[in-house]
Amino acid sequence: MSKDRIALPPIDAKKSNLTCHFCIVGCGYKVYKWSTNKEGGKAPFENALGLDFRRQLPPLSSGVLTPQMVNQVKDRDGKEFNVMIVPDRECVVNQGQSSTRGGMLASLMYNGDGPSASRMLHPRVFSGDDWQDTTWDNALAVYAGVTKRILDADGPEGVMFNAFDHGGAGGGFENTWGSGKLMFSAIKTPMVRIHNRPAYNSECHATREMGIGELNNSYEDAEVADVMWAIGGNPYETQSNYFLVHWLPNLQGATVGKKKEWFPDETANRGKMIIVDPRRTTSVSIAEYSAGKENVLHLQINPGTDIALFNGLFTYVVDQGWIDKPFIEKHTSGFEEAREANRTSLSECSKITGVSVNDLKKAAEWSYKPKASGHFPRTMHTYEKGIIWGNDNYHIQVALVDLVLATHNVGRRGTGVVRMGGHQEGYARPPYPGGSKIYIDQEIIKGKGKMLTVWACNAFQTTCNAEQYKETVLHRANIVREAMAKTRGGNADTMADAIFESTKKGGLFLATIDLYPTKIAQAGHIMMPAAHPGETNLTSMSGERRLRLSEKFMDPPGSAKADCLIAADIANTLKAMYQKEGNGKMAKQFEGFDWNTEEDAFNDGFRKPEGIDTQGGSTGGLATYARLSAAGNNGVQLPIKEYKDSKLVGTEMLYMDGKFGTSDGKAHFKKSPWQGLLKPVQKQKDKYRFWIGNGRLNELWQSQYHDRYQSFRTNRYPMPPIELNPKDAEGLSVESGDIVEIHNDYGAVNAMVYIENDVKRDQAFMVFGSPNGAVGDVTTEATDKNILPYYKGTWADIRKVGSMDEYKRTVSFKSRRYT
Amino acid sequence: MTDMNRRSFLKVGGGSAVAAAVATSSALAPTAANAANLSYESKSVAMAGKLKAGVPVSFTYPDNASPCMLLKTGSPAPGGVGPDRDIVAFSTLCTHMGCPVNYDSDSATFKCPCHFSQFDPEKGGQMVCGQATVDLPQIELNFDTATGSVSAVGVNGLIYGRQANIIS
Repeated sequence: MSKDRIALPPIDAKKSNLTCHFCIVGCGYKVYKWSTNKEGGKAPFENALGLDFRRQLPPLSSGVLTPQMVNQVKDRDGKEFNVMIVPDRECVVNQGQSSTRGGMLASLMYNGDGPSASRMLHPRVFSGDDWQDTTWDNALAVYAGVTKRILDADGPEGVMFNAFDHGGAGGGFENTWGSGKLMFSAIKTPMVRIHNRPAYNSECHATREMGIGELNNSYEDAEVADVMWAIGGNPYETQSNYFLVHWLPNLQGATVGKKKEWFPDETANRGKMIIVDPRRTTSVSIAEYSAGKENVLHLQINPGTDIALFNGLFTYVVDQGWIDKPFIEKHTSGFEEAREANRTSLSECSKITGVSVNDLKKAAEWSYKPKASGHFPRTMHTYEKGIIWGNDNYHIQVALVDLVLATHNVGRRGTGVVRMGGHQEGYARPPYPGGSKIYIDQEIIKGKGKMLTVWACNAFQTTCNAEQYKETVLHRANIVREAMAKTRGGNADTMADAIFESTKKGGLFLATIDLYPTKIAQAGHIMMPAAHPGETNLTSMSGERRLRLSEKFMDPPGSAKADCLIAADIANTLKAMYQKEGNGKMAKQFEGFDWNTEEDAFNDGFRKPEGIDTQGGSTGGLATYARLSAAGNNGVQLPIKEYKDSKLVGTEMLYMDGKFGTSDGKAHFKKSPWQGLLKPVQKQKDKYRFWIGNGRLNELWQSQYHDRYQSFRTNRYPMPPIELNPKDAEGLSVESGDIVEIHNDYGAVNAMVYIENDVKRDQAFMVFGSPNGAVGDVTTEATDKNILPYYKGTWADIRKVGSMDEYKRTVSFKSRRYT
Repeated sequence: MTDMNRRSFLKVGGGSAVAAAVATSSALAPTAANAANLSYESKSVAMAGKLKAGVPVSFTYPDNASPCMLLKTGSPAPGGVGPDRDIVAFSTLCTHMGCPVNYDSDSATFKCPCHFSQFDPEKGGQMVCGQATVDLPQIELNFDTATGSVSAVGVNGLIYGRQANIIS
């Protein structure tokens, strides 16, 4: 039976703050924890929620409470507790609303049963034929022993990492600092890639070079914008509560009063929305339903043609004179050169993008033509993976930011040119020790590197050209496994010796640090169990730079621990090894990890910003755990201006003063002429029929590291879904629920068919990063100049594999589009 | 384990949802203190012979403050009862934030106009897309072959806005 009753927190239940650790929006949640032998009453004065459960509570006003929001947990001293995690009505981000991700927070906490039962409790070592639990001392002795041998023989280039760089779970300022200090200051290796991309690089090189950081406005700006662009983004599914709480009221006309209050002399109307996406997403249908089709414009471009789109619009608005000439003159440089280089007529733009000239004109008129009051519209441009993982990330961003700069849609309230984001942010690391960007995955494929530590990420599911990568890693890891199997009876030194010797024969020693034994972890040799928010204190910042402290409310399972403390254990083990052999120079390299808590790591990194790269900036030191705890789920927006009257004072919008992040303070226009598709992608397009777009679904977070164990998710999506046009499905003789193989020169992957009218002919959409079929198997190795892959662009053929009767019986194949 | 129970029940659900529930409940002891099975009264909500496929019938259960909808889907559905095993019923309070869901006959789904969650009555109230974290609570039905009466006899899932499905 499903739950039809839940226990309520008594009025003395312990309360703490938790920022949802999934998507970048960072919704605030309240945690209640109380002994399992107590229960709150139904009267409002008898339960900590203050709600009257003696009667049916009304919609919306009563908050949210579902069986997924409660759980039973155990601390390390054996005491059992109930926990309830509910959205925080006082948080300005979500205002009491939960998403399908955050609403599951409680159910994902470890209780030894249900979805959490697969968590790793203790380190594991591959014994030759199977995984076995081991002690931290033994795991660290082997791991550090191998690291030391490779460092001594080959230098830091032999030691590779695949590591998170973000906030939220598997991240946070404490842990990016801990892992970063280990990789960059102690080991000093440049052979590091970031969690979702095959090199160590920003996803926003262009906009930063142009002087504009990618998170430059507040969620509140969406409430007062005249036009909101979602470029290569699908906010209903991927930033749900940002869209529902801040965009939707504007689309429904509920914020006109606020606009009049903020901008008294300006024309103020219901907001409009423009979506740039080859696919008709759920956000398109919901925007049309909410705002009326007349207020929504979907620019359904041909895949990969974003550069041409923005160049065409840029050219057109300049020709129309809908640009802010005084702003361009005073605060920018390079306008004329960019205008010349990017020049694209509307007819040419239409031909390349497939968007009609009428729609191009409409987009420009809505977004840039002065309003009736004579003021420039306040147009907010948001973008995400359609650009970031698009056809030449760098030049798409240039083309977009050129258009934004010309029309001064940055540094004014109601504007902003911002990425929507995936995870929260949380970067604080010593400078990267390399001089150039290195395509780490290709280095591994070429046989380079001796060891790889995979830290809270999973390239098997999420990298491009994944099939070749997986084949290589499995082959090289197996060389090490065979050597490990021959060390029966030996100690950690014997094991480290054997592993090290095998790496000279092409072996790759693979260690992982994660919550779960992921697919890539299972290919390796050592696993170390980490903790996630709630089990550890953690700070992150959201898409509006809002810094919060997620407070620990329970112990991590088994002997799992925070990533920063694992980094410290590794560093301290290596320090002791070098001290033992009298190598003071190397021992010194591993100093500075005397941390007992994650707060120690926060104080060592984020709060000491000099000489490091940190999103806290030079005033990060003003944030302490105590001050952040007092600030609750509203936290403070970085950069912090001051600490005044016992409060941290933050920054709502950047560049209001017209000073940009360049050496001369001016924003720099750049050139971005349209050059077609990246070559490896064009080659697949020439050979294969279907464009295989890919992305996230609302219900499936990231690599599905939790979701793959949640029956609410797996019942809905037992296999990775692929959406197909009905006529294409007919031609392939497939129906919803059938299994198909998607294949091209790079590999093959299976998926389950969901027929969808809103998908165009010869296009398909598949979920990204599935544990049960990674679309990366058919993506190419193509990247932009900064090694940012074109994950979104690949072409393949599709063939029917067969039918799965059970899934046809149990899975809904009705359209996900709300009409 | 508790998380799997409902789906398992729905997957095996044959002619009588009640029979299936009884058959499984003895083997599935609650594993968490929050899990409980309440005592529900039986309430006649429709006559099977009068139902038309795709035309919903409103009722309340287990009390007047809990709106529900019964639907003859036209083909056998998980938890379905009646001669064609296609009569199902659900709470119509969205499990996300409690807005009343509407039955949309074009798409044959329950739709929430507040935050756009959609649920499929032909698949046990499965969320098609949306912000909820549980499926729509399914009302357990009993079909009396002698009289043709369809009765509500239980609720599978927590009704929105309640600590327990039985308020008193």
